[in-house]
Amino acid sequence: MLRRKRNLIPFIFLILLLLATLTATWWLPVSPSFMDSSLRLMAPSAEYWFGTDHFGRDIFGQTIIAARVSLLVGFTVALLSTILGTITGLIAGYYKKLDSIIMRIIDGMLAFPSLLLALALVAALGGSVTNIIIALTFSFWPVMTRVVRSSVLQVKNIQYVEAAKTSGIKDPVILSRYILPNVLSPIIVQGTFIFAKSILAEAALSFLGVGVEPSIPTWGNMLQEAQIYITMAPWFSIFPGIFIVITVLALNILGDGLRDAFDPYAKGKKKAKKRMFKHKKQYAS
Amino acid sequence: MLRYTLRRLLAIIPVLLIVSIIVFMIVHLTPGNPAYLILGEDSSPEAIEQLEQQLGLDKPKVAQYFDWLGSIFTGDLGQSIYSEEPVTQIISERIGPTFSLMVISMLLTLLVAIPTAIFIVWKRNTMLDPLFLSGSLLGTSIPEFWLALLLVLVFGVTIPIFPVAGYISISESLMDWLHHLILPGIVLAAVEIGLIARMLRDSMLESVNQDYTKTARGKGVKESTVLMKHVFSNALIPTTTVIGVTIAGLLGGTVIIETIFTIPGVGQLLIDSIHRRDYPVIQGVVLVIAFVYVLINLIVDLLYAFLDPRIRYD
Repeated sequence: MLRRKRNLIPFIFLILLLLATLTATWWLPVSPSFMDSSLRLMAPSAEYWFGTDHFGRDIFGQTIIAARVSLLVGFTVALLSTILGTITGLIAGYYKKLDSIIMRIIDGMLAFPSLLLALALVAALGGSVTNIIIALTFSFWPVMTRVVRSSVLQVKNIQYVEAAKTSGIKDPVILSRYILPNVLSPIIVQGTFIFAKSILAEAALSFLGVGVEPSIPTWGNMLQEAQIYITMAPWFSIFPGIFIVITVLALNILGDGLRDAFDPYAKGKKKAKKRMFKHKKQYAS
Repeated sequence: MLRYTLRRLLAIIPVLLIVSIIVFMIVHLTPGNPAYLILGEDSSPEAIEQLEQQLGLDKPKVAQYFDWLGSIFTGDLGQSIYSEEPVTQIISERIGPTFSLMVISMLLTLLVAIPTAIFIVWKRNTMLDPLFLSGSLLGTSIPEFWLALLLVLVFGVTIPIFPVAGYISISESLMDWLHHLILPGIVLAAVEIGLIARMLRDSMLESVNQDYTKTARGKGVKESTVLMKHVFSNALIPTTTVIGVTIAGLLGGTVIIETIFTIPGVGQLLIDSIHRRDYPVIQGVVLVIAFVYVLINLIVDLLYAFLDPRIRYD
């Protein structure tokens, strides 16, 4: 999958960003927390590539450091939603009796626009890294449940699953050994998209002042501080934003590329695709 | 159709129930005593007790929930702790600006997305298609608040032709109303356009090589007529679903955009109330938005079933 150039470029970018932010304190020429009030809001220059902020700190260094929490929140939310969504999706798809109960709850949670549910939870829990992760996981896992459930419904009546059932294999084994490997690709694709969405959502919540504590640098917090200087020092707003866009874009390209790579019909087998469409149509009517 | 309508109506009851439980829990998830949180740590015990009684916090949780649910059915969403006005009244005063913003951005989205999708399907075998796909991917990767900041920078400072803050009611002046909503409308629409145009393109491409379009082409019908009459009109049915998706995106987006452009709508009310810890208002706003969202989805589903009879007999 990663052999395709389209998937490789965003993947390399994300790895480089991760390495850069983790090792930032070793290679950054100026410490990102170094303040010098005589250097307030300076435009980008050879020394300060992205200019300086309202405390005279280097915006380039700040942006690199801020990637830590932004990536951490995004990744943790993607991981937790994937785990929760996979478990509930497997159960809902496999057990008919539990299906209606689980899906009613999921439908109820999907009745909120996702940012709104996160806002409501943050309002209750208060803003902090942990609470943002909880709030965003809560808003994003219902989508994963839906995706997993519908994939399980497609594979659960295939003959090898039936065969496993009749030969007396226990349900947990059937679910983890026979069904899960067959629904893994939509899970990975959806997980990548949730990663991208959580980075955007964390930035939005922090920007609104209800996200991660203001003392912790994240891209959203930087933009929140930069907002009032938008006319005086536009670079303060522009550069952290560009980093959000590139990172989220990289994840979205990766998700899109993985979806195509996993889809056997997308590889030019047009006849197979046609057959699938006919089948789908019959199913729909 | 009647049977389907009834079935869909029944199906939203459990959804609304779950919604109400989640909204109810907003206050009760707060760490510690909500009364303390609202009044502050150093308030007098009498004041705490009075507020606890006012909010019904001294009763068991389940009883509190049913009391609260009961009052919602009578249209009573409680009282703001901050301004002490009824929540229903506060929200109804704020709906106008939010509704206006959503209508404007909805129109902008459809006005750009539909022609773009048709054009891309028409030129589907050229370099425009992959270019469009990359563009729509980029569109969904841009945080709307950042785009708003950039537009404020460009139109507020460099070319000051649009106001970057405030709201004028439509009853005061139609032109001023529109003038103030152009920039926030563009920001909200920009994020949706890529997504909607992409979905439209996909559904149009599915019918571009169907037998009936081939027949039309075989008869010598012009490609543009084939696209407009046969492909687009068939793609319009799944487009009703797209409208539902757009409204969902817009509902979430307005919260951020209203705050940046200081539009006194429901979204700004929500953010202000979160900062003030005004829980009855937070609950009210979240409940109303979720309710509207469920209602819109219901209407879209019914419309879909009305247009495409196959759905009804599922």
